[in-house]
Amino acid sequence: MAVRVQTEPFDAGRLLGDFSAGRLEAGGIVSFTGIARDATGGSAVTLLELDAYPGFTEPAIEAMEADARARFGVQDLLVVHRHGPIRPGEAIVFVAAAAEHRRAAFDAVDFLMDRLKTEAPFWKKERGPDGDRWIEPRAPDYQDMERWSRAFSDEVEPAASSDTAPKDMSR
Amino acid sequence: MKMSKVVLLGRLRDIAGWRERALDPPPATLAALRDLLSSEDPVLGEALAGRGVQAAVNKALARGDVALQPGDEIAFLPPMSGG
Repeated sequence: MAVRVQTEPFDAGRLLGDFSAGRLEAGGIVSFTGIARDATGGSAVTLLELDAYPGFTEPAIEAMEADARARFGVQDLLVVHRHGPIRPGEAIVFVAAAAEHRRAAFDAVDFLMDRLKTEAPFWKKERGPDGDRWIEPRAPDYQDMERWSRAFSDEVEPAASSDTAPKDMSR
Repeated sequence: MKMSKVVLLGRLRDIAGWRERALDPPPATLAALRDLLSSEDPVLGEALAGRGVQAAVNKALARGDVALQPGDEIAFLPPMSGG
């Protein structure tokens, strides 16, 4: 179980290097790095502030990590998530998975990111020239998460979201 | 008597102008705590009653009203932003 919630900046390349080192049993390693954008929907962002609740945020993410591990049968997972003030261009989140075959690693990272984007106990504020904005998950974030309940549910979900919004490729 | 602590997260922190405060003595229940905070700061009280605002006692989400013990840490959590 490897989940780190920290205020310190991190180097995603180094995290991936350390995570990958000496994994003779892994057939594939997938990683994702989420970066703070300098604009959202055309509005400039000069600083992102993530509020975490220490002692509450970590266990919630650990539960997501354990869930992903169990669902996809990956060999190892790493989640590093920052909180506090984050400048544009800095990494916010890093997720890596090691698995015997690539599909499990891709899926575990994809799933964990969707869970983090909709359910992780963070409160996010964007600072820009026009002041501060508190951010909540966007509709596409929930649609991304719903893919997994469809994939894992025995029941047929109502086709509510056929008008799927374009996927935000940035994070 | 051990003091209790109230923690505000996210936008509640901005509304109240504080993030953490001690309570001595703590109110007997979560509802009484909401009433106390609301009587001191009606704007915060309204925000605490807002949609999707959850309470946690000792870092576990509380459903409905619960009794509070001295030393408890009570947090009010607005809807989460996600990571």
